[in-house]
Amino acid sequence: MNALEVNQLSVSIDGKRILNEFSLSLPKGEVHAIMGPNGTGKSTLAKALAGHESYMVESGTATMDGKNILDLEVDEISREGLFLAFQYPIEIPGVTIANFIRAALNARQPEGEDIDAVAYYKELYAQMERLGIDKKFTSRSVNEGFSGGEKKRCEILQMAMLKPAYCILDETDSGLDIDALKIVADGVNHMRSEDRGILVITHYQRLLNYIVPDRVHILWDGRIVKSGDKSLALEVEERGYDWIKERLTAGVES
Amino acid sequence: MSTQAAIDIDREKGNFSYDTTYDYDAGIGLNEGVVNYIADVKGEDDWVRDFRLKALEVFNSKPLPTNWATKDLENIDFDKFRYYLSKGQEPSRTWEDVPDDVKETFERLGIPEQERAFLAGVEAQFDSEAAYSRMKDELAKEGVIFVGSTEGLKEHPEIFKKFFGKVIPTGDNKFSALNSCVFSGGSFIYVPPGVKVQQPLQAYFRINAENFGQFERTLIIADEGAEVTYMEGCTAPKFETTTLHSAVVELVALKGAKIQYITVQNWSANVFNLVTKRGLAEEDAEIKWIDCNIGSRLTMKYPGVILKGRKARGEVVSIALAGEGQHQDTGAKMIHAADETTSNIISKSISVGEGRSTYRGQVHIPKHLQGCRNNTECDALLINANSRTDTYPAITVRGDDNSVQHEASVSKVSAEQIFYLMQRGLNEGEAMSLAVNGFVNDLVKQFPMEYSVELKRLIDLEMEGSVG
Repeated sequence: MNALEVNQLSVSIDGKRILNEFSLSLPKGEVHAIMGPNGTGKSTLAKALAGHESYMVESGTATMDGKNILDLEVDEISREGLFLAFQYPIEIPGVTIANFIRAALNARQPEGEDIDAVAYYKELYAQMERLGIDKKFTSRSVNEGFSGGEKKRCEILQMAMLKPAYCILDETDSGLDIDALKIVADGVNHMRSEDRGILVITHYQRLLNYIVPDRVHILWDGRIVKSGDKSLALEVEERGYDWIKERLTAGVES
Repeated sequence: MSTQAAIDIDREKGNFSYDTTYDYDAGIGLNEGVVNYIADVKGEDDWVRDFRLKALEVFNSKPLPTNWATKDLENIDFDKFRYYLSKGQEPSRTWEDVPDDVKETFERLGIPEQERAFLAGVEAQFDSEAAYSRMKDELAKEGVIFVGSTEGLKEHPEIFKKFFGKVIPTGDNKFSALNSCVFSGGSFIYVPPGVKVQQPLQAYFRINAENFGQFERTLIIADEGAEVTYMEGCTAPKFETTTLHSAVVELVALKGAKIQYITVQNWSANVFNLVTKRGLAEEDAEIKWIDCNIGSRLTMKYPGVILKGRKARGEVVSIALAGEGQHQDTGAKMIHAADETTSNIISKSISVGEGRSTYRGQVHIPKHLQGCRNNTECDALLINANSRTDTYPAITVRGDDNSVQHEASVSKVSAEQIFYLMQRGLNEGEAMSLAVNGFVNDLVKQFPMEYSVELKRLIDLEMEGSVG
């Protein structure tokens, strides 16, 4: 029950099937990594679970702590506890980070009630400090004119403030230099908890040196073709995705 | 300060009317008899009566500007309106003396509460005349005059006659001519040299009657080095028939004076709002129009500044929100007439559903002037695929030493923005209103806090209604 369970999920976009009977179980308290080359469905998985309307669920189920999320609206899934750190965070001109996160927190409050502003800013500044984000950023517009690293740190900041039960990080490492990568990884590690499941989607093994996963899954052609512990990531790094491909075409399943 | 004390621009809150009896009614239609009736009940001097009668001729001789403006103007039937309705020409100085139904109207709109909270003076106009007018005593001691146009022309002709109709001549356009023949109400303000009025003066224009035309006339004079901020708000009930609002507002800022004029227009969707607003800025003077148009069926309004003195500054900051069935045709005019004058125009419009917004700008810098600058930015945001926006900038800049900068953009709230915001837990309406508020955020900040909070709230309401 205490898990994000995806079972036999098939998803298409513009009539083309991307996820093909994909299954995954992410229990609370664990960090899983999904690795795979480009075009195998990594981002589709993230967007489909978040409820993006362009992604058509054809069959299968997805539940969070036993609750079906496939019938819910995007915002309902969010409030149920699923957070997606975007690969390409979207600019929202004129909306400050402080107001944005506050609006997101207020959306989780009972109708007509708002969070306490003083406590909010206190926590916001503390989380920003941990992520090495200058205080001035609170009055910057969301993602507007941010560098790649600033955008990703801002995603982690939102995650830290919203405290979701399940986090999906979609290629959070892309476009980061090593220093930014360490800071982001530190922010994610700080979020590791018995009450939270974290799914790290990445193309490269590099990030997993800093966020050490409990399980690693290899995504190929819309489904998980191989799972293992953290050593699997190193193996992929060493031998390349072609190694998986060769195994698959040779009909060798793990 | 209580945010509730602001002028309420929630559409529904203004949607009520009282069956009231009018002691003075000029009847239906527009003719010399109506104009004379108005001059008679106001006991006006002959020069004012002549001014009105001449204006009627100008009005009748001018065609509707449908060669450039919308054909919707042809749906105005000038013979069906009532041009003057009042309970009397003397405004009360205390709310107790205001007739009950009128007082209740303004109480529902929160006006007495705002007056106590943050205003230096209030005029509350009910149909044709001010029902209430009062200014803080200390301002009167400093020589500030804040009265209705009827009283101003009668009691202070030596001040007002000099400028009345000079910034906006009768024949400026068909609607300034209309206003000039039947004007009633509006504010007359004079601020003596060096007096800086700290708190805003406010007028509230309320239309209560059906088939009615409201034609207030406002003239604000800031003498040398004086400063004043004036705010106006407007509402009307939703009638089945059309209502006409056609004001003329003239501002005069003498040497080194500053005038800031703030409008929050929230007319109901049956109102034709056709307003002429212009200021004259003398040497080193500054005039700033902050203009927010949310309601009405059709608004045509292009606040302008004539930069007459060296180093005069003019600014127009405007926000227009065109909802379903609305057309906001707004803009600005900057006429540079002296060296080293600067002007700034920032316009943002939002079109929702079938709403249409149009920006018209005119900037004129003649060849013989030196060191003049204009900056124009107009940005449009479209909420649905069938919304519409048009931009008609007319910029004439001559001379080597003058500069102009013009930027225009059209953007949409993208599906990916909405997805991103909703992924953080906001529902679709909240996501939309956050994005729209972001679009106007830098301008809303220029409004006094009481107004900016209400603006944000109104945008929230509009956006919640715009999503399925």
